[in-house]
Amino acid sequence: MTQQVLMAVLAVIAGVGASLAYFFGTNWLLDRLAPDGRRPDGEYLSREPLRNAIRPWLFVLPALVILGIYLVYPVFETARLSLFDRSGTEFVGLSNYAWAIQNPEFHLAIRNNVLWLLFVPAMSTAFGLLVATLADRVRWGNVAKSLIFMPMAISFVGASVIWKFVYDYRGPDVGQIGIVNAIVVALGGEPQAWITVPFWNNFFLMIILVWIQTGFAMVILSAALRGVPEETIEAAQIDGASEYAVFFKIIIPQIFSTILVVWTTITIVVLKVFDIVLAMTNGQWGTEVLANSMYNWMFRGGGDFGRGSVIALVIMIAVVPIMVWNIRRFQTEEAMR
Amino acid sequence: MSRRVPGLHITWGRLLTHASLAVLVVIWTVPTLGLFVSSLRDKDQLIVSGWWTAFSTTERSAAGRINARDAVEVDGLHVVEGNFLEDPRRSIVSYGVSQTALGAFAPGETIDLEGTAFTLNEDGSYRWVSEEPFPEGARHRIFHIMAIPPTFALTNYREVLASESIDRAFINTFTVTIPATLIPILIAAFAAYAFAWMKFPGRQWLFALVVGLLVVPLQMSLIPLLRMYNDIGATFGVPSKTYLGIWLAHTGFGLPLAIYLLRNYIGGLPRDIIESAQLDGASHFDIFIRLILPLSVPALASFAIFQFLWVWNDLLVALVFLGKDDDQIVLTSRLRELLGSRGDNWEILTSSAFISILVPLMVFFALQRYFVRGLLAGSVKGG
Repeated sequence: MTQQVLMAVLAVIAGVGASLAYFFGTNWLLDRLAPDGRRPDGEYLSREPLRNAIRPWLFVLPALVILGIYLVYPVFETARLSLFDRSGTEFVGLSNYAWAIQNPEFHLAIRNNVLWLLFVPAMSTAFGLLVATLADRVRWGNVAKSLIFMPMAISFVGASVIWKFVYDYRGPDVGQIGIVNAIVVALGGEPQAWITVPFWNNFFLMIILVWIQTGFAMVILSAALRGVPEETIEAAQIDGASEYAVFFKIIIPQIFSTILVVWTTITIVVLKVFDIVLAMTNGQWGTEVLANSMYNWMFRGGGDFGRGSVIALVIMIAVVPIMVWNIRRFQTEEAMR
Repeated sequence: MSRRVPGLHITWGRLLTHASLAVLVVIWTVPTLGLFVSSLRDKDQLIVSGWWTAFSTTERSAAGRINARDAVEVDGLHVVEGNFLEDPRRSIVSYGVSQTALGAFAPGETIDLEGTAFTLNEDGSYRWVSEEPFPEGARHRIFHIMAIPPTFALTNYREVLASESIDRAFINTFTVTIPATLIPILIAAFAAYAFAWMKFPGRQWLFALVVGLLVVPLQMSLIPLLRMYNDIGATFGVPSKTYLGIWLAHTGFGLPLAIYLLRNYIGGLPRDIIESAQLDGASHFDIFIRLILPLSVPALASFAIFQFLWVWNDLLVALVFLGKDDDQIVLTSRLRELLGSRGDNWEILTSSAFISILVPLMVFFALQRYFVRGLLAGSVKGG
């Protein structure tokens, strides 16, 4: 154990040290190798332009190399592997795609992902907006926000344990220890094994992600609400608009772009949802989603990289529109700088 | 909505606001509270009663055995004595001689057991007396209801730390998390400065690429990287699952956000600082180290918290790039295994889960301001 701690400390020093050594070392070298000097005819020679041309690349090189290896190259490699067999050696054309199109498990994963995409961003954004609005009106609002924000810090696996306990099921003859079933029984209903109930179990898993993501939506929307100019609200109130009308006709339009950002950010999280499904059901009882299916194919029966790659590509394709939108948004903002 | 509540200086609308917010807060906190309370409960109680009953005295039925074999002779009487309750804080509520008659007798009451006398006292002690020697093999089961006062203890935590190698997983998680947080910060800070203040061909284009990479799903990278790691392992005869491997992977996956956040922050610093330093003959390297880095601490802290929470809570990357033996398994991965193998041992699951979320919760509550700032910079402004 002590050894492990010692190793961890050494590793931190080595890892950070190596990065530091690179930056200090290369910059020192650059200053040494391209110093200012005098030309043979004695005239002063500044090599600053040369140094200024090289230095940016010393700064960005490690980042570009790592991004290249860990994110850019894999995109192309995954696309290539989707055309190859399970071990990635033999070209099989589109047969992995044909498999996906005909496979009922894949259909189920697509359907469930669509359900997730409809439900989770909508519910998280709605609850986030509700909490942000309510919390601004009460004195204990910050405490409330802090508590609703808390699940953001909890891992998806940790959240799964928490909610598995919430959904826990005991036979109808014994006391329930899961709070949902306890409430159902108290109201005179029959206890249910919630995570095995066909179709609806998907929603019981989604609730976990809504529980986590609401805090995120709340924080962002709360900041946006603060940015809404008081005058616009007051003007509407003077005109006799009800609180309802002020909210939907004055406030919402002004924070609409933020709502869109929150929505898309949660959408990306949802597309990649994996831990919750793996921990709660591992895709059983009709809860399979793409990311979990992809993980399974990576390792199932020694792993099928071709099929895994096809599923990964489907997730990627779903992200592309958001990616393009992000870059566009970034470029218009840059243009306005 | 603006009608006043009679006698109070608040309106119905305000009351509704308070009430709705309170309901939401309760719904959002109760699941975590349930986990925490349960982790402190006795494991036998945990599986028979809901955690919300833990604060009140609970009653549980049990059966105790009495056997004539244990009889001793005292003053000419044959006596069997003992105590059904292990814990002195528990007490007997009622008892009986069959499972259906648990409430037949009050504690202290003496009953007739086939010509012998039996008494069960409130403190659990019992006395079974016969004037004649007990018949060979005479034994009875005494059914009783006991009252269990609320008890909370760290027993479950002690148990999982000792037997489920959670302690080891805890250290492994730190071993993964700290370098995987620090290395990307360093690399990203330099790159961010270059993107913000240095001139080089392709700067705009490369940064747009970084913005695009922000949303590339992890899933795209897993198979190629797994293959690459396996090939490197096979070619050089080194293990393919190493801490170095996962640090670099987390660095790669964290870099786009890090560069994006830091570039926006550093790009927002006043131009004068940099230009006047340049006039004094400072190189970009000096400016970055001496001026920009100290000024960027809030942004660095924001990203550090982000990345720390992300890496600590990650399961997928750890599953793919680390082994599952004791020397490499991280908390999330261990917890996921426990969910499979100990799915019904709630005392183990609840305490392990709480150990795994303890550090993120502390970081979160201590540094919430920076975390929020990072979130806002990362999504709302977008520039």
